[in-house]
Amino acid sequence: MPEYWRWTEQRWHDQDRDWHDGELVTAGVDVGSVSSQAVIVVDGELYAFASRRTGSDSPESAKRAMDWALEGTGMTLDDIGFVVGTGYGRVNVPFSNKAVTEIACHARGANFMYGPSVRTVLDMGGQDCKVIRCDERGKVTAFAMNDKCAAGTGRGMEVFADLLAVSIEEVGELSLQVEEEPPPVSCTCVVFAKSEATGLLREGWPKSKVLASYCSAMSHRVSTLLEQVGVEEDFAITGGIAKNVGVVKRLENEIGVKALKTTYDTQIAGGLGAALFAQNLLRKQRGAS
Amino acid sequence: MKAHYGYKDGAGDFFVTIDTDRCLVCEDRRCVPACPSGVFEIIVDDYDDEVAAVVEDHRKTLKYSCAPCKPDRDRPPLPCIAACAPGAISHSW
Amino acid sequence: MMITAGIDVGAKTIKAVVLRDGDIVGKAMTLAGFDARESAEQAFSSALAQAGITVDDVQHVVATGAGRRYAPHAKGDISEVSSAVKGVIERHPAARTVIDVGAEEGRAIRCNEEGNVVDFALNEKCAAGAGAFTEAMSRALEVAVEDLGSMSLTSTNPIPMNAQCAVFAESEVVSLLHARTPKQDIARAVHDAIASRIVSLARKVGFAPEVVLVGGLARNVGFVDSLQRALGCAVVVPNDPEYFGAFGAALAARNV
Repeated sequence: MPEYWRWTEQRWHDQDRDWHDGELVTAGVDVGSVSSQAVIVVDGELYAFASRRTGSDSPESAKRAMDWALEGTGMTLDDIGFVVGTGYGRVNVPFSNKAVTEIACHARGANFMYGPSVRTVLDMGGQDCKVIRCDERGKVTAFAMNDKCAAGTGRGMEVFADLLAVSIEEVGELSLQVEEEPPPVSCTCVVFAKSEATGLLREGWPKSKVLASYCSAMSHRVSTLLEQVGVEEDFAITGGIAKNVGVVKRLENEIGVKALKTTYDTQIAGGLGAALFAQNLLRKQRGAS
Repeated sequence: MKAHYGYKDGAGDFFVTIDTDRCLVCEDRRCVPACPSGVFEIIVDDYDDEVAAVVEDHRKTLKYSCAPCKPDRDRPPLPCIAACAPGAISHSW
Repeated sequence: MMITAGIDVGAKTIKAVVLRDGDIVGKAMTLAGFDARESAEQAFSSALAQAGITVDDVQHVVATGAGRRYAPHAKGDISEVSSAVKGVIERHPAARTVIDVGAEEGRAIRCNEEGNVVDFALNEKCAAGAGAFTEAMSRALEVAVEDLGSMSLTSTNPIPMNAQCAVFAESEVVSLLHARTPKQDIARAVHDAIASRIVSLARKVGFAPEVVLVGGLARNVGFVDSLQRALGCAVVVPNDPEYFGAFGAALAARNV
């Protein structure tokens, strides 16, 4: 039985901030195929967020994430002026006022997390891979999203981690423990690459070498997607793969650009962008009335 | 904005790209009826612009959706590209 | 008297066929396993033993298949497209479309009355386009791959499958099972999905009757059913559908 993309559920809110004096209180809910995030923004600043596993019911997953983000804050849904839903399940957030694509939300969120200098964002989620170009305001100028093929997604990496009985967190570091960089696996398809890797293990390749070979193939695959959309600095990587040094390092080498770092949890980029979209929409709404 | 719809898999890159800045000025929207597979639709995007997009159901099957217009030999001009007056549509294969 | 042999080194299985004056006198299939060369030798030896002859009695051996370089004793090789059509036309001269679906590749081939290839389209390098897809789904459903087909025929409820990738489809199957979707309905969805990806190839080359289906997946009755429904016409499934590549190669060996 395949296991899903593994990560820890978490929540946080700013205990030093009293949201009651905030003018614009908005939220974004990002319902992905694997994880859901709810993010609350008060007057342009991150106030709270929660990240939870997505269940079989999208509206329920959205609500669970939202409830957990609100926990301990004294805030209720009624105190939130505008909610934007996004992600795979964006049309299924019943308490949202509008739905915005994950592409636009991701760009906006990255602009907040990495600063207005970010121009290219690579997001490798559990079941998709996106390249987004944006301007200094976080508005999308180009994008490509691949959710058809597992290669280049967290799930693809997980198949390999399972094959080698290595935890997903160890994959990156272990892949760097090679003296010489091996050639990349020849198959892009995860299913066929897995067969190829099984053969390599039989030939006596150590786990680190097999992982190096796979991470190398993955970084090359992603680099071609990046080249298609074009890489303009500054460059940032979000999503689970940002934590895989094996892919990040090889990718940086291949495209000749280093990725920016952030202190924010990269998983909230979509929800944060959605909350910021919500803020703009609330401001417009109030301005109009 | 350059919207690349489609995917990359073991067999190759299958993207239909719509340059929405060019698309915006179009009034006729002839791409929609021109495609025999019904690949295109008009949407209001996240920035409130009315532009063409690839229908969600086709985004993961573009290799097959576009196959009727792409024989291996003697390929005629693609109907969608021919129909697009502003020249907003391009194919990666 | 002319004795020839054809060896089809596929991704999953290796087939060998021995012909004596155009009649099949020996045939064998082995799993490719981890040593394709050794497995190919085994398949060839088995076929020879069946025919009651030795390798010295064979005038020419022609190889085909993705791993044809591993075929022993081969003097030449031909493409999988050519070998499939050669083999099919020999037995089904009325064939105008050959659909060949193996473990890792799917092919739709249009041929004419002379048995020449007019056009072809492939599903390659992606597990969702061939037999590897149904194999992965049978694991997710915890059903033996041989039983998946007949199970799907008991379904009366078509459901869509959103995933176009074997890995994502596996996750989708798990979700469907969690939602208590009956296994036979999921099995049917699996076959409808792969059939749709094969039919797109057939439409690309412009299929015409007779449509003949060969390759390992032809043994899957669920796939055959889905294919016929999606094509909107009957599909001929010969006996021993996996052997047509090797058979075609053995026929080609007569002209070496």
